[in-house]
Amino acid sequence: MTIAVRFNIQRGEFALNIDTVIPETGVTAIFGPSGSGKTTLLRAIAGLEHADNGYLKVGDTLWQGNGVFLPTHQRKIGYVFQEPSLFSHLTVQGNINYGVARAKDESSAAVLQQAIDLLGIEHLLKRMPWQLSGGEQQRVAIARALAANPSMLLLDEPLAALGDDQKADILPYLESVYQQLDIPVLYVSHSRNEVARLADHMLLLDNGEITASGKMSEIFTSLDLPMAHQSRAESIIKASVSHYDEEFGLASVAFLGGQFSVVAEPLIVGSKVRLQVLARDVSITLEPQQNTSILNIIPVTIDAIVKESKSQMTVRLIADETALLSRITCKSAYNLNLKEGDKVYAQVKTAALLT
Amino acid sequence: MILSGQDLTALFVTLKLASVSTLVLLIIGTPLAWWLSRSQWRFKYIIEAIIALPLILPPTVLGFYLLISLGPNGPIGGLVDMLGGAPLAFTFTGLVIGSVFYSMPFVVQPLQNAFTAFGQRPLEVAATLRASPLDRFFTIAVPMAKPGFITASVLGFAHTLGEFGVVLMIGGNIPGSTQVASIAIYDHVEALEYGQAHWLAGSLLLFSFLLLIIVYGTNRRYTVGQP
Repeated sequence: MTIAVRFNIQRGEFALNIDTVIPETGVTAIFGPSGSGKTTLLRAIAGLEHADNGYLKVGDTLWQGNGVFLPTHQRKIGYVFQEPSLFSHLTVQGNINYGVARAKDESSAAVLQQAIDLLGIEHLLKRMPWQLSGGEQQRVAIARALAANPSMLLLDEPLAALGDDQKADILPYLESVYQQLDIPVLYVSHSRNEVARLADHMLLLDNGEITASGKMSEIFTSLDLPMAHQSRAESIIKASVSHYDEEFGLASVAFLGGQFSVVAEPLIVGSKVRLQVLARDVSITLEPQQNTSILNIIPVTIDAIVKESKSQMTVRLIADETALLSRITCKSAYNLNLKEGDKVYAQVKTAALLT
Repeated sequence: MILSGQDLTALFVTLKLASVSTLVLLIIGTPLAWWLSRSQWRFKYIIEAIIALPLILPPTVLGFYLLISLGPNGPIGGLVDMLGGAPLAFTFTGLVIGSVFYSMPFVVQPLQNAFTAFGQRPLEVAATLRASPLDRFFTIAVPMAKPGFITASVLGFAHTLGEFGVVLMIGGNIPGSTQVASIAIYDHVEALEYGQAHWLAGSLLLFSFLLLIIVYGTNRRYTVGQP
């Protein structure tokens, strides 16, 4: 199942022109600056925005096109808005049951309980929405969307209206939701950090057009795209914990292309993690260094080099399937005579666990 | 007996008129207010102006036109006559029709405000949770507009209670059928029966006051008159 999307929406000066295919599995982040049309795209997929001449096919089911327009309430979606938007006249339980009652056979007590457990809201069920904090309300809203057992989950910047503490509070819940559920998730965001933590795929949107789409780690590190050229350029590496060293508080994490040691709280061996490596924390040497304080040195191949300014350049390095960005001075590159295709070593000063 | 039998009957007719009119107004006014709150029609304001007319129109003017149209030669009366119905002027049914026009803005406006106040979002959420449009209306819009319904009912009821001009024009002041308390008071004053007028006026005053006390007391979170 894939999701084929084709929309041409004209709203005054703004035009949204989308023609793409969204993968069936994992989290696809719709990423772009405000006003780029992210929300409009999500609303059109939900049927909340009526795009004439649109086309939308989810798996084998035509939701829109050829004279068909399935109204929102007949689309098996879960939608989380930027504001929690709980029904103020119903309790938390009432809010969650609203969708369950209408999903009929598609939902079940087990699905409902899973939603309640995943978002940790068991203790809130009897309360009214106004008795909850903003973060709790948004958790209820997410559980409400999941309890109706949707076949696609749409989230429109669900954390944007929350404070930093509450964001940090909800992110782990979202991570476990995505790991446990086997449905496509579309996640609208303009926060790079959220995308790095949650997304598998990305659609880059700018001014109503898709400028790039693909795997999240590729989009972050592609030298053809803007993200790799920003001052905070970074690589995101999916890895799994292979060992935890209690004595030094270091976790060994393995990925396709090598292994890193990172400072971390105790972790269970085998758990999935994401590593964030800033381009400015990666340096390049021709020989593996001995007697250095840097723990993480891996052999890599230079994939591409782009000059950022008179003094700085960005180098894209490849280790097996993992891409790593390095921001170095032009003078160093000149001294080392770096060229595309060279076999070198990447020295990673800091790799942070995204948790 | 302090209140005469005829006075009691007038009070009863008044309460019956207010109750029936409020019920009819809620049935007609709810879909109308809903449509006004959601419609994008560019000439919507014309309908809004028509509904608001009784707020500024002298009741005798409204009553006069209603009398004409309800009469056997008027459009409504003629239609009823053609269908074999009894004439409407000088009947209780005629009074209800008059009251519905007269009190319409007091029901439609609070409802429209209440429906507008919660915006589109709760209905969109309900749609994503598989609720059909009718389902959304009854399970989301109506409960969320509860303060508006309370205000609309109270204002519609109380305003009909105090009706005078319209009733005078189309009611005919027939005791037991179309004579309401406000006109009975007027009759007493005309006949210089101040004692009787006092009792009837006092009853109406006390009743209206109690009604508002109960509503304000039980709905402290809501403000009657400003939903």
